[in-house]
Amino acid sequence: MDLAFFGVQLLNGLQYGLLLFLIASGLTLIFGIMGIINLAHGAMYMIGAYLVYDLTMRLGNFWLAIVIAIPIAIVLGLIIERLFLDTLYKRDHLYQVLLTFGLILVLNEAQRIIWGGDVHSVPVPAPFDASLQLTDNLQYSVYRLFVMGVCLALAGAIYWVIRHTRLGIIIRAGAVNRDMVEGLGINVRTLFTLIFSVGVALTAFAGMIAAPLTSIAPGMGDSILITCFVVVVIGGIGSIKGAFWGAILIGMAETFGSVLIPSLASMVIYLIMAAVLLVKPRGLFA
Amino acid sequence: MLHSYPKRVTFIMLALTAIVATFPLWGASVFGSQSDFILEKLTLMLILALFAMSLDLLVGIVGLVSLGHALFFGLGAYTLALASPDFSPASLWWMLPLVAAVAAVAALVVGVLVIRTKGIFFIMTTLAFGQMLFYLISTSSFTGSTDGIFIMFRPSLTVGETALLNLDDPRTFFYFCLGMLVAGYLFLRWLTRSYFGQVLDGIHDNEHRMQALGYATGSYKLIAFVIAGIMAGIAGMLAAMQYGFANPAQLGWHTSGEVLIMLILGGMGTIFGPILGAFAYEILLFVFEHLTTHWPILMGLTIIVAVLVLPRGIAGLITAPPGKAELLKASLLRRLAKGGRKPRTDAHPHQAVMPKGRAES
Amino acid sequence: MSQAPTLSTHGLTRRFGGLVAVNEVDFDVEPNEIHAILGPNGAGKSTLINLLSGEIPPSAGEVRYRGKPIQGKSVRQIAHMGIGRSHQKTNIFPRLNCLQNCQLAARIHMGGVFASWRSRQRARQVNERALEVLETCQLVHRAYTPAADMSYGEQRQLQIAMVLATAPSLMLLDEPMAGMGREETAQVTELLASLSDRYTLVLIEHDMDSVFRLADRITVMVDGCVLESGPTDQIRCSEKVRDVYLGRHHEEVMA
Repeated sequence: MDLAFFGVQLLNGLQYGLLLFLIASGLTLIFGIMGIINLAHGAMYMIGAYLVYDLTMRLGNFWLAIVIAIPIAIVLGLIIERLFLDTLYKRDHLYQVLLTFGLILVLNEAQRIIWGGDVHSVPVPAPFDASLQLTDNLQYSVYRLFVMGVCLALAGAIYWVIRHTRLGIIIRAGAVNRDMVEGLGINVRTLFTLIFSVGVALTAFAGMIAAPLTSIAPGMGDSILITCFVVVVIGGIGSIKGAFWGAILIGMAETFGSVLIPSLASMVIYLIMAAVLLVKPRGLFA
Repeated sequence: MLHSYPKRVTFIMLALTAIVATFPLWGASVFGSQSDFILEKLTLMLILALFAMSLDLLVGIVGLVSLGHALFFGLGAYTLALASPDFSPASLWWMLPLVAAVAAVAALVVGVLVIRTKGIFFIMTTLAFGQMLFYLISTSSFTGSTDGIFIMFRPSLTVGETALLNLDDPRTFFYFCLGMLVAGYLFLRWLTRSYFGQVLDGIHDNEHRMQALGYATGSYKLIAFVIAGIMAGIAGMLAAMQYGFANPAQLGWHTSGEVLIMLILGGMGTIFGPILGAFAYEILLFVFEHLTTHWPILMGLTIIVAVLVLPRGIAGLITAPPGKAELLKASLLRRLAKGGRKPRTDAHPHQAVMPKGRAES
Repeated sequence: MSQAPTLSTHGLTRRFGGLVAVNEVDFDVEPNEIHAILGPNGAGKSTLINLLSGEIPPSAGEVRYRGKPIQGKSVRQIAHMGIGRSHQKTNIFPRLNCLQNCQLAARIHMGGVFASWRSRQRARQVNERALEVLETCQLVHRAYTPAADMSYGEQRQLQIAMVLATAPSLMLLDEPMAGMGREETAQVTELLASLSDRYTLVLIEHDMDSVFRLADRITVMVDGCVLESGPTDQIRCSEKVRDVYLGRHHEEVMA
């Protein structure tokens, strides 16, 4: 493996990791603050991708499609939270697992009804539909760099909100002790709705910007969901910082795993998780 | 008394068992040519009931919500497929212990890692370990990758040269599975009423208190995890015998989710509830599949409704004292009127059974 | 005082973030004494008892039980060393009956579940032990009542019975009389008094009558520090204690 090829893989791993972070951060926020395990999180990633595919085909403009798709995703999150999760906060995790599993079935099948079972793709949008020439025979997609930039900017924004705003203080307190938030005289209902919508919007947005990079297929949310679970377990539940470093680690591990040891690639992330659990059962940053 | 139920539960369960057990006698006269197909479905339900029951030990009794239980189910299936000779039937005399041993070792290894985690962490780590084996098996060539492995010969049960049971006969296999289910049920019933079961109940109620009393709760949970794993492995082996193949889907997380649904449909923590749940789930599945190709949407909605209005499952309906059944109906109607909003008191399935709430842990 | 103390702390400190809940606490508990810890709400009493039972680790200082440090041992190991505790919240197993609750507690100190599976004799011993503690706590008539169906006072008594069933040599009781009526309080006071010749007790309690009736020695805490520690009579007469703490409860003491 020469240096340029290594560099490309490094960038790929970073880009994939950053995308995972967007999804995992929503997941970990919803766990940490609301105490809800949301299996339908992956399905929202899929919905994001399909929304952008559909709107891009209709409108012919990827950017416009994203602008319209984000509010749709937020509204969908609001509906789910108000309609279903509202009843589950005080109940055992088992019921959350089952209800959100039921939601997966519904959302996956709704996707099939609306968009069918075919695999689709979205063309890489202008002005990023170009490649950087790294060496004579290696080039790198500018769109991937753009995605990295967007993810990093969002990660920075999340970090800033958590460090420097009142909402951030509440979120940090809530991740440690949920009862405390209720004791602080905060409207927990509104907070939960907000957190859930933001979490869902983040994962749907990840699906949207990933659309030009991946094949848009039924069930695409399921595998990414499990990967994000691994990220959250490694990082520690409720920890945004853990989600970030966990995502980068898993992104790199999966990318390099599939290049270096293809036979074991799908196992690598689980082996890492097992190792982390052995040493720190509550995750690296808990 | 803990884990004891009104007399009518015994009556209902015995009646249902009698109806199912005598199906080979009356099935053909009622369903005609369809009866072979139905017998096959019933056999599958018995196997899934054993599988769901094994999960109840973890979820309902100890309070460990595993979303990776299909790992052991699939492992049982693959152990049978891989250990079967190509051109002759394996002997069940050594296949059964082998499957149990493989499942036990796997449960011990996974258990040591996951038992240290709690709550959401336990759910996610069991899920992740299940997926780990799923990917390992669905990408390895020696396990047939995504195609799985066909099992050419069902294992046989022979003494010397004579067959004790001809498991290739659908009826005999049906009764064999029924026997395994009954044995599994009696075993779990005995276990949950033993001292060991008392400790598991104690852990479910308040693990911290058990530790303060001096119990090594982790060991008890691990033992329960291994027992549940062995039972699931045996169920998986039976399923592979029934289907004639081992397939990665048998150990995917959707299977783990489905068996949890059987648990909630039937009523967890009751041992007999999951049996009802497995039958209910398979019947619903059968009906929905016939109604529409988009059956998952119906199944999904059914699950959501079941979670919202029937948290204690079918068992909850038949174990509630007569007076309470009315109350339950009333609260159900009230809840529906309020748009599915649920009072906090049903936070736990056991709570509704007991006059007073459990101690906070 | 020639005997070594059953329990002693040296410079015991516990911080939660910026808050110092227990600050440089030193005190000894002598064998077979009832040692009460008094103090206003927020004085750090519950944190102290959690430190003594090893449920939370100290930030500094140490706890010695019979001369051996308990640091680094799990709650379970500490329980096996002979320290039994009850919690402020009622902490019983509601689905089990009274006798089963006590059996659960007794069994672990007679070799655990697997030992009693093997031996009928062990099972009998467990049963005898459980009945014995129920008798001590006057709960025999409730033996087969599910714990959830008992009155609050009885549940608190059961909790003490469970601690007794583990055959501890040191009992840490966190507000055993909390939330009880006058009659129940008197009953539990008698119960604890009857235990004093066989056990060493550390007691957190708000009910002043009971404390002065029961305790051999009292340690008064304020803001995480020990204000004064000494024999009950000394504390009763102490000006310092009276000013800081007893003043607020003056009427109660007089009543």
